[in-house]
Amino acid sequence: MTSTLQREAPVPFLAPGVLFLIVFMAIPVGLLAFYTFFTRGRFGGIVFDFTLDNWAKLFEPLYLGVIMQSIGMALVVTVLALLLGYPMAYGIAGLSPKWRTVALVAIVLPFWTNFLIRTYAWILLLNNAGWVNQWLQGLGLVDEPISMLYTPQAIIVGLLYMYLPLMVLPLYASLQQLDPSLREAATNLGATPWRAFRTVTLPLSIPGALTGCIFVFVPAMSNFVIPELIGGGKTIMVGNLVRDQFFEARDWPFGATLALVLTILLVIVILVQNAVSRRLTEGPRRG
Amino acid sequence: MADTTETTAPTTTAMRELDPDARPRAVRRPRGILVPLWLGYVFLYLPILVVVIMSFNDSENLFVWRGFSLRWYPELFADEKIMQGLVNTLIVATGATAIATVLGTLLAYGIHHFTRGGLIRAFAIAPAILPDLLLGIGLLTFFSLLSFSLGLQSVILAHAVFATAFVTAIVLARMANLDPSLEEASRDLGAGPVRTFVRITLPQLAPGIVAGALLAFTLSIDEFVIAFFTTAPTQPTLPIVIYSMVRFGVTPEVNALATLLLLVSIVTVIAAQRLTRLTGSDR
Repeated sequence: MTSTLQREAPVPFLAPGVLFLIVFMAIPVGLLAFYTFFTRGRFGGIVFDFTLDNWAKLFEPLYLGVIMQSIGMALVVTVLALLLGYPMAYGIAGLSPKWRTVALVAIVLPFWTNFLIRTYAWILLLNNAGWVNQWLQGLGLVDEPISMLYTPQAIIVGLLYMYLPLMVLPLYASLQQLDPSLREAATNLGATPWRAFRTVTLPLSIPGALTGCIFVFVPAMSNFVIPELIGGGKTIMVGNLVRDQFFEARDWPFGATLALVLTILLVIVILVQNAVSRRLTEGPRRG
Repeated sequence: MADTTETTAPTTTAMRELDPDARPRAVRRPRGILVPLWLGYVFLYLPILVVVIMSFNDSENLFVWRGFSLRWYPELFADEKIMQGLVNTLIVATGATAIATVLGTLLAYGIHHFTRGGLIRAFAIAPAILPDLLLGIGLLTFFSLLSFSLGLQSVILAHAVFATAFVTAIVLARMANLDPSLEEASRDLGAGPVRTFVRITLPQLAPGIVAGALLAFTLSIDEFVIAFFTTAPTQPTLPIVIYSMVRFGVTPEVNALATLLLLVSIVTVIAAQRLTRLTGSDR
């Protein structure tokens, strides 16, 4: 802590980045917050007449409904990702170091494939004439194609597909960091594998799980491309509303308000997660 | 990978001497433990596989297999819109990565050494956590207020914002693993902070910086939402071109494009693996 380095001026290292982020992040976001209190311009932009209408508008049933629906969808996606991602991460953590690398690369690889192409792939699969329906009919499981594309379920599958790697990676990181000797100690002291998992592995992996949940929930909540392309625009999420306010309704102040509310919600979720993980990691030491 | 096995080997041997039963017991895993993993991989790769297979389909119809053909690949390269989008994307990713790598590395070093609270750290990482949507419309509003003309230049700046956060995070993680005594030794021997940074810290950080830059580059190439809000309609990046194709009618060229992009990702990931291992192992 009191190394010689600490006394050096931090300015040359910190200033460029901080300045850049002030100009291109803090000011733009602040500007949006400012815009929420003013009136829309006729063709986008803004007229400087103070108003609270944008905030009042949020509570209209139409918009409130969309917000609640987005939260619901993102929650479902997060829970599914956790249920699928946990055993995956657990499986990877138990592999030999060599196979672990291969397995991790295989998790990351789809994530590094273009996001829109992965979305489009689901159109190929889920379309009425698509591959899933062809397989189902080929196997004689259904006679008529099932409508899968352009349903809320399709959006959930699309979002789950998109963000599953973001759940697996932090979970894997926390599972892999676990000192194997802890579990071995539990087993050697006579615990069954399940009991060792439940009392040793599971509690210690909760911070990783929480991080994974945030990694999935946050982008799922604000995504507007998947609802539009896979959901056919019928099931609108907050992101779609924001986009429409900017490009179609040309109501920038209301679009800004929606985006800000979305962000505030997400920040609250993240703060809660941080507080919970901190209590989890600090708890045993204090007690 | 080799060093990992070496470090674990002595402990296992020691354990076996203490208790011959310990090792098999600890290593034994329930049967079927890997089934969810395999199912997960099927889920992750089935859609990609379909796209790759269909890129070799000799039919205009996306849902009917008519036989093997390579016709979509030349057509892809003849498609000016896609090619222009690709060029735009590469320009943006290069510019954004350059800015982000410099800023992010400096930030990480500064944060690691000079800050105690998490405030600046949180500020620097924030763009990675903020919804892309918020950044996108914020920058759109900001640029239009300043009458800064939208185009590749605005997308480069916009991408540099979130890319900086990722580079900072990765380099910070690498810094945490560094042995501070090397820097202290350098300082005690009379090197100034800049000299210490360049001669001692940077080489040690290299794998982290390379990994951060690669991540920034890949994220920028893939980024759609922020680019969507901050570019001019005349200068779409590749994801925006794909978006409008998917929206207004897909041609099988997209399958060919997807296959090639997938190939590029595979090569990049493997190269990144090799690179980090090479730069990491010789110290």
